[in-house]
Amino acid sequence: MVELTNMFSVMALQPMLATVGEGDGGFPWLTLTTFGPLLGILALMFIPRDQTEALRNTALLTTIGVFVVSLGILLNFDPSFTDGEGAFSFQMTEQVDWIPALGIQYYLGIDGFSLWLVMLTTFLMPIAVWSTYSEVEEHVKEYMICLLFLQTGMIGALVALDVFLFYIFWEVMLIPMYLIIGIWGGEQRVKAAIKFFLYTMAGSVLMLVAIMYVYLEGGAESFSYAHLLTEVDLTYTEQFWLFGAFLLAFAIKVPLFPFHTWLPLAHVQAPTAGSVILAAVMLKLGTYGLIRYAFPMFPEALVVYAPYIALLAVIGIIYGAVLALVQDNVKKLVAYSSVSHLGFCVLGLIAMTPQGLAGGMYVMLAHGIATGGLFLCVGMLYERRHSKMIADFGGVAKVMPVFAACFAVIMLGSAALPGLAGFVGEFLSLLGTSKSHFLSFGEYLFFPLNGEEGRFLRPEAYHDVYSSHAPHAGVAVAEGNTGQPVGPEVTAFIFTIGAATGVILGAAYLLWMFKRVMFGEVTDEKVAAMPRLTNRELGVLLPIVAMIIFMGVYPKFFLGYMDKSFEQYLDYMAEEVEIAVERSQADEERVNVYARVVTEPLVDDERWVPRGSLWERATTAPDEEQEEQ
Amino acid sequence: METLYADEFYFLGLIVLAPLLGAIINGLFGAKLPRKVVDWVACGSIALSFLFALISLQGLIHHARNFEGDGNFGPYLSYTAYEWIFSGELNADIAFLFDPLTAVMVLVVTGVGLLIHIYSVGYMDEDPDKWRYFAYLNLFTFSMLMLVLGKNMLVTFIGWEGVGVCSYLLIGFWYSDAQKAQAGQKAFLVNRVGDFFFILGMFLIFYMTGTWDYVQLGEMAMSEDAQQLARLIPIALPAGLLIFLGCTGKSAQIPLYVWLPDAMAGPTPVSALIHAATMVTAGVFLLCRLNWMVTLSPTLMAIIAVVGALTALVAASIAIVQNDIKRVLAYSTVSQLGFMFMAVGMGAFVAAIFHLMTHAFFKALLFLGAGSVIHGMHHEQDIRKMGGLRKLMPWTHATFIAATAAIAGVPLFAGFFSKDLILWSAMSNAHVFNIEGVMSGIQESGQSLNDMVRELNVTEAPLEAVELVGMSAGLNWFIYLMALFTAGLTAFYMFRLYFMTFWGECRAEEETKKHIHESPNSMVVPLSVLGVLSVIGGWIGWPHVVAYQFGDRVQNVMLGLEKWLAQTFYVSDTYRIVGRFGYGSDIYLLEGLSIAAAILVAGIGIGLAYYMYIKRPELPGIVYERAQKLHKVLTNKYWVDEAYDVIFVRRTLDLGKASYWIDRYVISGFLVGGVSFLIQSLGRVLSNLQSGNVQRYSTYITVALVLIFIALLAAVMFGG
Repeated sequence: MVELTNMFSVMALQPMLATVGEGDGGFPWLTLTTFGPLLGILALMFIPRDQTEALRNTALLTTIGVFVVSLGILLNFDPSFTDGEGAFSFQMTEQVDWIPALGIQYYLGIDGFSLWLVMLTTFLMPIAVWSTYSEVEEHVKEYMICLLFLQTGMIGALVALDVFLFYIFWEVMLIPMYLIIGIWGGEQRVKAAIKFFLYTMAGSVLMLVAIMYVYLEGGAESFSYAHLLTEVDLTYTEQFWLFGAFLLAFAIKVPLFPFHTWLPLAHVQAPTAGSVILAAVMLKLGTYGLIRYAFPMFPEALVVYAPYIALLAVIGIIYGAVLALVQDNVKKLVAYSSVSHLGFCVLGLIAMTPQGLAGGMYVMLAHGIATGGLFLCVGMLYERRHSKMIADFGGVAKVMPVFAACFAVIMLGSAALPGLAGFVGEFLSLLGTSKSHFLSFGEYLFFPLNGEEGRFLRPEAYHDVYSSHAPHAGVAVAEGNTGQPVGPEVTAFIFTIGAATGVILGAAYLLWMFKRVMFGEVTDEKVAAMPRLTNRELGVLLPIVAMIIFMGVYPKFFLGYMDKSFEQYLDYMAEEVEIAVERSQADEERVNVYARVVTEPLVDDERWVPRGSLWERATTAPDEEQEEQ
Repeated sequence: METLYADEFYFLGLIVLAPLLGAIINGLFGAKLPRKVVDWVACGSIALSFLFALISLQGLIHHARNFEGDGNFGPYLSYTAYEWIFSGELNADIAFLFDPLTAVMVLVVTGVGLLIHIYSVGYMDEDPDKWRYFAYLNLFTFSMLMLVLGKNMLVTFIGWEGVGVCSYLLIGFWYSDAQKAQAGQKAFLVNRVGDFFFILGMFLIFYMTGTWDYVQLGEMAMSEDAQQLARLIPIALPAGLLIFLGCTGKSAQIPLYVWLPDAMAGPTPVSALIHAATMVTAGVFLLCRLNWMVTLSPTLMAIIAVVGALTALVAASIAIVQNDIKRVLAYSTVSQLGFMFMAVGMGAFVAAIFHLMTHAFFKALLFLGAGSVIHGMHHEQDIRKMGGLRKLMPWTHATFIAATAAIAGVPLFAGFFSKDLILWSAMSNAHVFNIEGVMSGIQESGQSLNDMVRELNVTEAPLEAVELVGMSAGLNWFIYLMALFTAGLTAFYMFRLYFMTFWGECRAEEETKKHIHESPNSMVVPLSVLGVLSVIGGWIGWPHVVAYQFGDRVQNVMLGLEKWLAQTFYVSDTYRIVGRFGYGSDIYLLEGLSIAAAILVAGIGIGLAYYMYIKRPELPGIVYERAQKLHKVLTNKYWVDEAYDVIFVRRTLDLGKASYWIDRYVISGFLVGGVSFLIQSLGRVLSNLQSGNVQRYSTYITVALVLIFIALLAAVMFGG
């Protein structure tokens, strides 16, 4: 169905596409998508500030236009693409010298990791803008400019391949969000905005120092991602501190426990569109930064940090969930649920397994859609009742049946019901964690389970019992059979169990909230007087509902675009981690770690990772069918 | 029409698709469609599904006839709809498997489901939200079919959670009543606890084997390659236990049975379909589906059997004192499910599925009958206010008595056969199957586990096997006696319910009395069909002692279900060490004895109920006076709900509150606030330095110079 839709889009875009397809030097899709919103800002400049409808419509049209352009990225993206050199393959690259003296380039590119995050951003922006029509009445012009400026910052940070450029975009998106919270927010907006700003700045300043250090170590030649990744050789101690700086910046953004306290405040005070963008995209830049920059740049530090990051993620999952359980403010509840969901994401990413990576990435997308939807629903309730307290509602389902249905789907999607978006990500994350071999606390923790009596999931340990037939040392039955101590596996499984409790708690806080808000008798007069959904609001919610269902029913569409990138990433990490572990064992002063990246080669099957861009497949497919006949 | 291949049997997809389409049509447009159309879409989609199931059955029979057995998995049809999740070695298709076990389940789900849909047309006639009800009900059937048809554990899990959410929606169907919404939420959350264990079990299996495909796993378990088997043996107990815990959630067993009685808040046909006939049996089905894994761990089997027996007894004891007609039936369902788990734990998978099937008939009928009574009495559910309905509602009465006889185990009724098969299995099955002994046997004889297992099936079981079995006799007797006692209790409380509802004087209020009426035809017809099934439904599983008196042909019919399911349960019969009480022609003597005992116990139960509630109606009051303490324990359901509330629910909320406190005062207040306080103080101190006062600056300079001088002096004196 979607392929069909895409085919239509292809036809619509055909004249434009004629100039595309030569790889580098092709049509500048990424630049157009990144700076498209700025064109909208330009247009807004010329519209008088009292024509609010025109301002809103212009902003909406701009974001829709950017979304259409970004479809061009999707259509031209080749999921099986490899450039044959370097660890990672980026497509649609654009490389122009910017400040040659310092080796700074304007360098954009996209791969499986960033593709869907860009699509998520461009998909949600029109919805967010449309949702503000009834909410923001004052300073509409500035508000729209802020939103569009924010979009440029976010997309830029996702597609930048020059670390300096990335940093600029990273800071650029901070300012409009600061203004959005601080000007259009709730009662405590100034406090929330300052807290948001200081937290994020504290992290990013340290990151800037770290970037500079790495740049100088690399001969001060280039800020290019590939250059910093491959050409810079750092000692363990250097890596330890640099990783710490990167981690702090990204962990605050994610937010990872215990760096999360800015989030509930910012979310509760931000206007609806701000909350949606903040939760759906800006938090993802934290996890994206971890996976893109922090993890591969400092592998030796990563293996040491990994179990602690995972531990924080698990704590975050449970902590966020139990906090959400006791909230009496709907918006705060959703904010804390973000802490819990992002825990799943980080846990999956740090597991260093194909399923974990896929799960982590999918949680990002699903959380973006579902939590964005939850914030929209909360916003609609707030506009009607002017309250965010759960106790002020009750029986809303009777008053607003269509809204109830949409809210229910979004809520269940967030609670990870199979067949809806949330499930795929959380399930893959947990599965990936359960088979991880990466979370090694060193020799001390959990190793008792590994002694003479330890048999944890190791068939060869059953050797004595079934001596005749059981596999002896030669049989590599399970993944764990590598001759290494079994500590990381045990750790990973304990983490899995801890994280899986989040599945129960997730259902608990969402269902309980839903029951108190939507079910029961209508007791409050104001609730009884709440008007039904307008067509505009329905138009805001329906794409989200449709996307939640589609992402749950046909996840392969999304995973297929990312699988190749995951494989490349894990291959690269496996090599690096092997070296890192060897070094750690060679150094007597350091605790030995036994971490290993699980790599599983992709099956050589066209269904698995589709070859060629959607555009090519759409145009060549009929020929193949004819040949078959 | 081109030939259908066994692995592309697309009717399996259609079985699932029909109810889904029904749900989508009614869910999206139902509010605007005429009510008749809503009815037809809902019932028609299930009827179509039933039809496709029959076609598939025909296909399977045909396939099984020509099946020559490649590998160790029996005959099956399959269909892969599309690829769902791909990642690394994970390869999760939306794929369906149709083997003899699934065939039975699908026919029960669609068949009983169809009857209940038809019944609902009448029952829900006055409800303005009927379309929503039918959309949920169709969606439920879709999920349930996914569950039973899934070819891998992930598809089963989709259905598993899907039925949970439909159950949540249907229990809370009248959501304006906060109590009902609460019951739905409780059901979902308790199920989620079970699902938590279920996915952990799935992860363990995947960790070791790298697949969730039932066919691949089954072949691995039955493989002659020891390396293959060695992947499963270490996880049989842990993964099996986790999955069993998942099953206790869905199938309402100890410790997670607490949601089912509350689930009676939903419309009564929902209770019949979801909380009696189909969804709650999912756990039994799943363990049967994974029978090869269950049998790899004797400890696991013992746990399952004991939990099942305990649940059966506890629930039956609570049922005795309940006065709400639906609650009696709910506890009776929990109890009967306990019987099924007992059978699974005994390795008597055929008996478990047999009882599942007959239970679906008679329990659905009991619920629908109860619904008819409630409908006739204008939503009165208390049996103390009923009585004498025998004459007012003749059809309901006739069918209700058939179902009551079936559940109580009156000879020749459906439940009699299946319950006796379980009782006999408890007595005769080699419960603890010593896997290590078998392994050493394999070592000596060079046979595969598969052969070994089949060899044990022979009447002349190897002596050492019988010896190994001997140890378990104590457990076997314990379970048998508990089961027998529970069977007696069942007969007692069911006939108590029956007598109080249909006999004696009508105790309803005058106003209600006038309106009591028989239900409309759309309700009576399904009742009658189920009534017939409750009588003859068990005639495909006669006791062996009877069946073996006849020739082969007749035997094949009389033991039809067992022969049919034997294609799936390779190991089932293994556990029946029939030789323990004698060889040769008397091997089924034990079965005869078991049946006699069961009939006797059922008779005592029924007789006691008749004596207490018809002959001497004052007796219950006397018993109540004498045993008030016991009565209090039972009416309060052993305080399990309260205990869970205190231990789990409140503690979790406390944890939440404590965390919130930590969040505000420790992390946000002390840590973050501390850092910002330090920075502010530093700034204040430093800003004081830059006061712009020239005298002060000169003081700083003087002090600094003096300090430098002292330092230099010190360096010269001590350093030199």
